[in-house]
Amino acid sequence: MKYLCMIYDDEQAWQKFPKDVQDGYMREYMAFTDSIKKNGQHVGSNQLQPSHTATTVRIRNGKVSTTDGPFVETKEQLGGYYLIEAKDLNDAIQVASRIPSARSGAIEVRPIVERPA
Amino acid sequence: MATLIRLLGDFDIAEEALHDAFAAAVEQWAEEGVPANPRSWLISTGRFKAIDRARRSARFESVDSSSLDNLSPLTVPEYNVDEVEDDRLRLIFTCCHPALSPDSQIALTLREVCGLTTEEVANAFLTPPPTLAQRIVRAKSKIRDARIPYEVPSRADLPERLETVLHVIYLVFNEGYFASVGDSLTRTDLSGEAIRLGRLLVDLLPEPEALGLLALMLLLDARRAGRATAEGEMILLEDQDRSSWNRAQIDEGTELVERALHSRRFGPYTLQASIAAVHAEARDAASTDWAQIVALYEVLLRADSSPVIELNRAAAVAMRDGPAVGLSLIDAILVRGDLTEYLPAHVARADLCRRLGLTADSIASYERALALARQEPEKRFITQRLRQLRATSPR
Repeated sequence: MKYLCMIYDDEQAWQKFPKDVQDGYMREYMAFTDSIKKNGQHVGSNQLQPSHTATTVRIRNGKVSTTDGPFVETKEQLGGYYLIEAKDLNDAIQVASRIPSARSGAIEVRPIVERPA
Repeated sequence: MATLIRLLGDFDIAEEALHDAFAAAVEQWAEEGVPANPRSWLISTGRFKAIDRARRSARFESVDSSSLDNLSPLTVPEYNVDEVEDDRLRLIFTCCHPALSPDSQIALTLREVCGLTTEEVANAFLTPPPTLAQRIVRAKSKIRDARIPYEVPSRADLPERLETVLHVIYLVFNEGYFASVGDSLTRTDLSGEAIRLGRLLVDLLPEPEALGLLALMLLLDARRAGRATAEGEMILLEDQDRSSWNRAQIDEGTELVERALHSRRFGPYTLQASIAAVHAEARDAASTDWAQIVALYEVLLRADSSPVIELNRAAAVAMRDGPAVGLSLIDAILVRGDLTEYLPAHVARADLCRRLGLTADSIASYERALALARQEPEKRFITQRLRQLRATSPR
């Protein structure tokens, strides 16, 4: 079963980190990604550009309306995701707890709807 | 039921299956007599009924038939007692999974583990039945859709997961023990249900804190008959007739506390149970070993530094060293801004001021407490204290 692990963290705090702290984080991320690639749990993953680059699109009265910024303004922003394969929720929680940002921010784990092919 | 959920992998299907099995039992047992192992019979029959149902619906909707294959082996296994017990433990851990909201954990546990009906659970928590039914439906769909596994957690996860289970049981107990609104009988049932759950857990998983929680519930519940007058007026611990306490329950609780302490892996529940045991062994409030109670609260504070425990410690210090010392400790907590909305803090302060003859201070604290009180017996108690104080206070 697939789960999407969405990584929420405080962008501004991250940007204020000294270079070596940021590098340390990135190394941890790479090691984590490698580890779930090796054991076959990695389906996909990406880091997102900061939330100030976000654009929100809606159609209202048949017209496309675009607004600057993310859909919801929150203290912690969506900064990236992992799509993983896991046996069950406990397994997914175990993987999510190893994502480096779990220590500073939070990981939202959502099961993916599976449709019969 | 627990075994059927494991075999069929779905709460609702298991419930339907058990329902079918009972219906079949009514017919067949009346004709052929009760089978040698009724539980195994019900599980096997329920399982076949579920497979039947799945096959029938599979013919109409093209359901992925591979999911039926693992249900199909047509042997009739004997379901031994150990396996059924394991299933009950799995069920407890599933219902108390931390990915479910605390409200759902409680509702699901009472419904699936204790076998209460939705109406019974709703009444006990003064929740409208449709709200509760919806809560249960939502919890079950999360178990299914997020695939919350039906298993006892691994050794590594056990302490944290056990904590959630213990917390759910303790919340059920508290709801029955401390709340006095609503139908008092149903409430007693809730404490009883929590104790039953506690016993089940101790049988299945005799971890020190499980022993500690059961001990705590037994020791507190033992005082039930002494806590209120026949008219439902509350009686403070110090004024309770201790001969009305349930000695058998106290003995059982005390023995459990000793077992838990002996393990040297105990935690907050065992410590609270130890405190309750010290109260239980004293003839009256005056001869209570307050020094030991203060010491136990200090250990408890080190494990969990909450202001509520600090308040309890202050009350115990007041009994050991006199009301003035206790009062300065309580004032320090309130000055810090903690517990200012917590009724017992104001009642405790009012009582100490009363003992010290600080009538005006005492009245002020009882008035603050009265404004926070939500239960009738509590309001009557505070009002009565206020009347007495005003009668003695000079104009």
